[in-house]
Amino acid sequence: MAENNALHTPATTLGGIPLKPFYSPDDVAEMPFTAPGEFPYTRGIHPAMYRKRLWTMRQFSGFSTPEETNERYRYLLEQGQTGLSVAFDLPTLMGYDADAPEAEGEVGKCGVSISSLEDMEALFRCIPLGDVSVSMTINSPAAVIWAMYLAVAERQGVAPSSLSGTLQNDILKEYIAQKEFIFPPRPSMRLVTDVIEYATRHTPKYNPISISGYHIREAGSTAVQELAFTLRDGVEYVDWAVERGLLIDEFAPRLSFFFNAHNDFFEEIAKYRAARTIWARIMRDRYGARDERSLKLRFHAQTAGCSLTWQQPVNNVVRTAVQALAAVMGGTQSLHTNSLDEAYALPGEHAVTIALRTQQILAYETGITETPDPFGGSYFVEKLTADIAEAARTYIDRIDGMGGMLPAIERGFPQAEIAEASYRYQAEVNGGERIIVGVNRFQETEEEKLDILEVDESAEARQVAKLGALRNRRDPEQVRRTLERLKKGAEGRGNLMPFLLDSVKSYATVGEIVAVLKRVFGTYSETSVL
Amino acid sequence: MNFPIRVLVAKPGLDGHDRGAKIIARALRDAGMEVIYTGLRQSPEMIVNAALQEDVQVIGLSILSGAHNAIVPRVMELLREKDMTDVMVVVGGIIPDEDAAELKTLGVAEVFQPGASLDKIVEFIRASVKQAA
Repeated sequence: MAENNALHTPATTLGGIPLKPFYSPDDVAEMPFTAPGEFPYTRGIHPAMYRKRLWTMRQFSGFSTPEETNERYRYLLEQGQTGLSVAFDLPTLMGYDADAPEAEGEVGKCGVSISSLEDMEALFRCIPLGDVSVSMTINSPAAVIWAMYLAVAERQGVAPSSLSGTLQNDILKEYIAQKEFIFPPRPSMRLVTDVIEYATRHTPKYNPISISGYHIREAGSTAVQELAFTLRDGVEYVDWAVERGLLIDEFAPRLSFFFNAHNDFFEEIAKYRAARTIWARIMRDRYGARDERSLKLRFHAQTAGCSLTWQQPVNNVVRTAVQALAAVMGGTQSLHTNSLDEAYALPGEHAVTIALRTQQILAYETGITETPDPFGGSYFVEKLTADIAEAARTYIDRIDGMGGMLPAIERGFPQAEIAEASYRYQAEVNGGERIIVGVNRFQETEEEKLDILEVDESAEARQVAKLGALRNRRDPEQVRRTLERLKKGAEGRGNLMPFLLDSVKSYATVGEIVAVLKRVFGTYSETSVL
Repeated sequence: MNFPIRVLVAKPGLDGHDRGAKIIARALRDAGMEVIYTGLRQSPEMIVNAALQEDVQVIGLSILSGAHNAIVPRVMELLREKDMTDVMVVVGGIIPDEDAAELKTLGVAEVFQPGASLDKIVEFIRASVKQAA
């Protein structure tokens, strides 16, 4: 049996970092002691961490029509969830209206369908935007959707200065990993910067970007690649904002990050600790940030969707709990726990409730919230943190050497690194060197059947009908005028947010607005890197 | 026969999650097949035209977004219209059991759900193409 129980040799982390048989004081001899809340914030951004403020429990959700998603949101808020997180469907993410030919078969499938301000009003009906923080996962058309959110808040009588939440608005990781791009990189970066600039001036409590490693990891990267590419993306956004004329300490405090929480418990904890350490130094040394808030990397974490298995799906509850624990040990500010049925479909209400309860059990029953950075001082975790930080810095230096992230993306560098890591991992699974319970070991022949959420196929027809009625009802002359002004704005160099706000308020649709921008900016297609 | 099996790996629909498609493309290539990867956001028309031009024996469709019931029937219909029913179609992705059964009645040779092993996919394609030859 000994042979069967042996794990992979030589021992490495999931991402391939070599591991010693054990760790000792020699491994940490050179490391200075710092307390939580102290530069470079390796041990957390607050001295008291969760004793002072628990993480936000924020379950990402959205499906079908805005009306149905609104019901789910109100259910989640009743169950004790403390923030909302909007998942949009693929047509919305790609800038197509529900009635576009490209949208056929995809409306409301992977998220909620939003074509116009009318949909956005239905999405947030009876949800006071001044009190509930709202995170929105959208990238290429982020500025358009954010304009709709601002317009809904205005109609609810909520002052922009009291809005809180996060717009993902991270286009670079789309070129690198998730591939939901519309426009070429440079005009896309302009839109991102427009949002950051507008938010800095008008919505001081809103995070205008969530610089995301999550999707890079889901695409198959290692933990080190996730960390390095994400932080280097952060540098790119900061460069553009500074170039725009913003002062570093004006906008940097509202930059937020988003990381994956994967299976390798200690590697993940070390990754979050390394992230804070590197970012604090970049902000201080590269940009001369002075405000402490600019130096502190705040992040949201989500458990790893790609780790969920179709086989024996109830086991996913356990995977998710351990991953969530790693995120908390790593000092996350907010957390999404995946539901056990997500290898099959968007989560059903029962499954999403278990996922939320998992967070509540961690928060209220286990005692882990009492002591910040409990692994601080562990020979192993401190050494692994240093190893990961060093490997990430090497990548960041390489990308600097290529002239930044845009040239690196254009030559396919991060894409190729991720594809290589992803293939290596799958080959290990295929060869049985990497064990996945229920998939390549400990299989069962009888699989339990789950009750899967089915998105009502009539959602598409209902969205199309509603949109048709809106197109007939709105003032066509006003739509034409606002879109014409938007086009002129896009051809110029000024901030597009005011033009987008006017356009969405005239009930111009996502598809119409994106079409105007495509005419000015062009579109992007990639050369696939295998 | 010594000619390598020619496979078109395609990613239809709006979804950009191409991790699976790329892994399959590489695994089939490593298994000695000639693989053409279409890249993202291919319409059924583009996929069938590419299959015709590249003279492939197999089309592999990767779909994770739930749009398979709209996309796959259209691909099968176009293959029939163009008299290309000798081209084998396999589908991989998040496809519920009932839908997988339905797709097979339309002529899809096999549906590979999450967790399917690379070896099994390679073996299936080899065995099926040999049988057809």
